[in-house]
Amino acid sequence: MSLLELKHIYKIYGELHALDDVSMKVEKGEWVSIMGPSGSGKSTMMNIIGCMDKPSKGEVLLDGVDISKESSKNLTTVRRDKIGLIFQQFHLVNYLTAVENVMLAQYYHSIPDEKEAMEALERVGLADRARHLPSQLSGGEQQRVCVARALINYPEIILADEPTGNLDEANEEIVVDLFHKLHDEGTTLIVVTHDPEVAEVAQKTIVLRNGRVVKEVVNQNFTGKIHFSEEGTHVTKTDLKSEEEIKAEESK
Amino acid sequence: MKKRQMYFRMIIASLMRRRSRMLVALLSIAIGATVLSGLVTIYYDVPRQMGAQFRNYGANMIFTPAEDKLTLEEIQQGAAVLNGKDVVGIAPYRYENVRIHERPVVIAGTDMTGAQATSPYWHVEGSWPSADGQIMIGAGIAESFRLKMGDLLEVSYTPEEAGEDAETVVDRITEFEITGILDTGGSEEDYVYVSLADLEALTEKPDSIDVAELSISATSEELAAYAEQISNAVPAVNARLVKRVTASETTVLTKLQALVLLVTIVVLALTMICVATTMTAVVTERRKEIGLRKAIGASDASIIKEFLGESMMLGGLGGILGSILGFIFAQQVSIHVFSSSISFMPALVPITILVSVLVTGLSSLMPIRSATEVDPALVLKGE
Repeated sequence: MSLLELKHIYKIYGELHALDDVSMKVEKGEWVSIMGPSGSGKSTMMNIIGCMDKPSKGEVLLDGVDISKESSKNLTTVRRDKIGLIFQQFHLVNYLTAVENVMLAQYYHSIPDEKEAMEALERVGLADRARHLPSQLSGGEQQRVCVARALINYPEIILADEPTGNLDEANEEIVVDLFHKLHDEGTTLIVVTHDPEVAEVAQKTIVLRNGRVVKEVVNQNFTGKIHFSEEGTHVTKTDLKSEEEIKAEESK
Repeated sequence: MKKRQMYFRMIIASLMRRRSRMLVALLSIAIGATVLSGLVTIYYDVPRQMGAQFRNYGANMIFTPAEDKLTLEEIQQGAAVLNGKDVVGIAPYRYENVRIHERPVVIAGTDMTGAQATSPYWHVEGSWPSADGQIMIGAGIAESFRLKMGDLLEVSYTPEEAGEDAETVVDRITEFEITGILDTGGSEEDYVYVSLADLEALTEKPDSIDVAELSISATSEELAAYAEQISNAVPAVNARLVKRVTASETTVLTKLQALVLLVTIVVLALTMICVATTMTAVVTERRKEIGLRKAIGASDASIIKEFLGESMMLGGLGGILGSILGFIFAQQVSIHVFSSSISFMPALVPITILVSVLVTGLSSLMPIRSATEVDPALVLKGE
């Protein structure tokens, strides 16, 4: 049984089909990237996987349980217990220190434990910055606090929304390395990104366009390490379809 | 760490580390609490202050004889009904006709201490008579007889029983030293004043009081009840209220208290609007934080609890500040308006804090409710 399975998901806003018959599976311990241009339905899919929205049609099976019809109250519980979220804008509470931000997730989940929160910060290499406020941390450090907060409750899935979107190359590498470590430890990762370099390091890349999955690529050379070309552009390891091919498919 | 500890840690961090924003909210609550606590202090202190003020306008009860004259003993009996409480002063008056430089003048014998208490607005140049043989004269008398302080004044009294046989009239003449000149702007200026003992010695007629003026610190209802009790208890005494003073005291008091109450309600409403506006701004400003909290698993109840906790803690702090500043405010008002200080009301401190917490909590409910409507998905959109 897959950890997460989307079965013929539709999300319809009036005339607009934000998601149009999307199906996908994520196995336990798998690292999946979701790619696509703006307006492709990435955010809608992320909201549905992250239990922040419900599909208009279709089933979302998490651990074999269909969560697509759950009330928002129950979805909050599922989100709190099973999903760790990482955001592009980090979204740390600006008046809480790094360790307090990590403890915030514990507070809503179960019991705050400062020692455990410190250990999580240690894992992301920020033990010495634990008492700093977000404004005293660099972007990369803030994102690492966000990662520590996401993993503190041992979620079944870590869902990252453009986790490197606001980071420079060096910090991007640090964060991807952290994902690699988490993956090695058996964490399931779903990373939504438009950055091919970040997408390609995953085991599987799902490409969305106009609300549809247009391609699912399995990375045969999976290493979990990011590679940068000399010019800073990504090294293609997959055979993603060209714009023309996709358009041709859509017109069919 | 217990959940409660983390809860308070978050609230305190929010208040302490977002000081500038929170200071604005705290200030509005504290100003509201100050005005409230100050006005409530004044509201409760006004009757006392006004009573004291009105006592300056003189007696508010008089004893007149049911028949011909009153005796000091009867007056004492009447006053005994009051048990001495709230009695500011009692001044018995006895009036006789005398002659000064062969011109008729009304002389009043009274208890000088009592007269001072019941007529505090009398302005005396020099001093009130304090020993036998001293006299205080009205400004009108002083002017018409060209008298000044320190002069010796001969007062002649013709006994009534000698009136029929003019041949045998033997005037009793006593010399008094003028110690003070009375200036009231009223008819009192045309009298002369001596002690009861001096007048009795002059007339050789003891214990014959015409009227007694009493100044009592009580409401008009209480006064009316006292008057009835006295008239019933001592038949010789006819106790009546000086309507002019008691009625205006009640009217002014009622109007003043109504005004204070009205202002208190308006201030309460303004404080609520102010707090609600500030909290709405706080919620709007923290939409992303609310979204984040919900995204990582906060329930609506948790969000309400946290924001309500923050606003109530602010309310408490504002209440403490307001209690202190309110007392200072009331004290200043009292000093400048009533020229007397007020006493600190310890019971008002917890009441102010409680009201402040409740008002802040209540006015925060609407903005906090809107906080629960924030969509957690907004944190994913990179807004």
